[in-house]
Amino acid sequence: MPTEQDVRPVTEPSEHITSPVLKGNPEDLRDLEAGLDKLQSDTQAKAGIDWSRVLLPIAALVVLILVWQFYVSLGLKRRDLVPGPLDVLGQMGVLWSEGKVQESVWTSLQRGLFGFLISVVIATPVGLLLAQAAPLRRAFGPLISGLQVLPSVAWVPAAIIWFGLTDATVYFVVFMGAIPSIINGLISGVDQIPPQYRSVGKVLGANRLQMALQIVLPAALPGYLGGLKQGWAFSWRSLMAAEIIATGGSIGFGLGSLLDQGRLLSDMATVMSAILLILAVGILIELLVFGPIEKRLLQRRGLLAGGTR
Amino acid sequence: MPVVLEHLGKRFGDGAPVLDDVNATIAKGEFVALLGASGCGKSTLLNILAGLEHPTSGALEVPADGAAFMFQDSALFPWLTARGNIELALQLADRNSGKRSSRAERSARATELLELVHLGGAGEKRPHELSGGMRQRVALARSLAQDRQLLLMDEPFAALDAITRDLLHDELERIWKETGRTIVFVTHNVREAVRLGQRVLLLSSRPGRVVAEWDVTEEHRTDAGQAGELTATITRRLREEIRRHAN
Repeated sequence: MPTEQDVRPVTEPSEHITSPVLKGNPEDLRDLEAGLDKLQSDTQAKAGIDWSRVLLPIAALVVLILVWQFYVSLGLKRRDLVPGPLDVLGQMGVLWSEGKVQESVWTSLQRGLFGFLISVVIATPVGLLLAQAAPLRRAFGPLISGLQVLPSVAWVPAAIIWFGLTDATVYFVVFMGAIPSIINGLISGVDQIPPQYRSVGKVLGANRLQMALQIVLPAALPGYLGGLKQGWAFSWRSLMAAEIIATGGSIGFGLGSLLDQGRLLSDMATVMSAILLILAVGILIELLVFGPIEKRLLQRRGLLAGGTR
Repeated sequence: MPVVLEHLGKRFGDGAPVLDDVNATIAKGEFVALLGASGCGKSTLLNILAGLEHPTSGALEVPADGAAFMFQDSALFPWLTARGNIELALQLADRNSGKRSSRAERSARATELLELVHLGGAGEKRPHELSGGMRQRVALARSLAQDRQLLLMDEPFAALDAITRDLLHDELERIWKETGRTIVFVTHNVREAVRLGQRVLLLSSRPGRVVAEWDVTEEHRTDAGQAGELTATITRRLREEIRRHAN
């Protein structure tokens, strides 16, 4: 800064203090500040579509299918026990023309999503309450962790006895799978909040409700989202388990039912088709729902830099 | 309304007292620098003034509406933009004053505050997109949004580079003059204390107690030689205070 040098008086060199006379005029300082702001703040341009995100997973898929086809063409096992990719594709076409693919995917997806959303609505306030109120958490925390570990399939017999072969059975099992893991995700998200955020909230004058909704919940969002992802996974798994075990009655025809039907008919191509459909739904939900939300969340908080996402 | 500390003491559990018999009076509109070595209880004292902790003995008189607080790291909420952080403070401040401002009013006030800290163009940026100095300016704007007479600052510029710190000293002085706040500024940097404070209080360590006090006059601000002398005096006294703990 030459200007600073110029105004500096010739008296004692002031290594101790910057007093007003030594500091140039206000406009210079404004410019200095603006210059620093420009230099130091982050102004990276947004990139376009990153094709490696699309092409790499597709390439991986193609490689796996080729390996599968190669294995089948070696002829080590009977074709009806280990069908090749083309057999499964053909069976998928047959099921599609019968309308079974559409029906089962629609039925399961609808139930999975509906059950998951209800779980979120129940688990979120409960999780917040447990995370904020120490006595409640001490009382119920271990139980909830235990429920998360308990495979929700274990509830299927009980649910059938209580609710019979109805949709209620399926939803009950889904809730028992999803709710504890969403609650636990939210609690661990809250545990990881830097304590300073609460101090700031207190200093700013937040009351308990404002603290919970405007500071704790948004601060815990990354952990909460992790809990939601896991909750969805538990919903989907529990749903499949319930559909495989509980068939008939007023329970509709879902992917689990399709899988079970394939088993009854010893039709390996149908079984493979059902498994692939269940897998595909899982992948699509991750790619279309959780992936983008998570990415956006992390990006906005500056947590994405250096990651491999 | 002044801030008065009378025989204030604080100990955590059964440990040795962190603060003991702290006495001070801070007039309305005064800028006081609270100086002390690291670990002398400066931050504890500030937390007590802010109501985040309670004294274990003595009496304390602070404005009834509480105090605004600025932390060492900006402590901005990363899920909000710079503007969002300020607007949240405005919204939460409403509860204390009993009035209700509309969203448009808050937005206008946030714009004013951003202009005040020379960040008019950066309102939509998120904290991680700002430099350390800019974040501290947003934090300053946020603490001003609380609209309280007393502003407590806990080493707010300690982590910044020298040029940025000089600039923020200027900016804080300007804002102090414009808004007439009472400021208690905690620092372990003697130069900073002399640069900013009208009065410098030296806090001893273990237990923390006000052991010396200097007025910084207008001459100190305009005459670099005098300022240097005062800085040297205070530094000597501070070092003495630290050396006491050598054995």
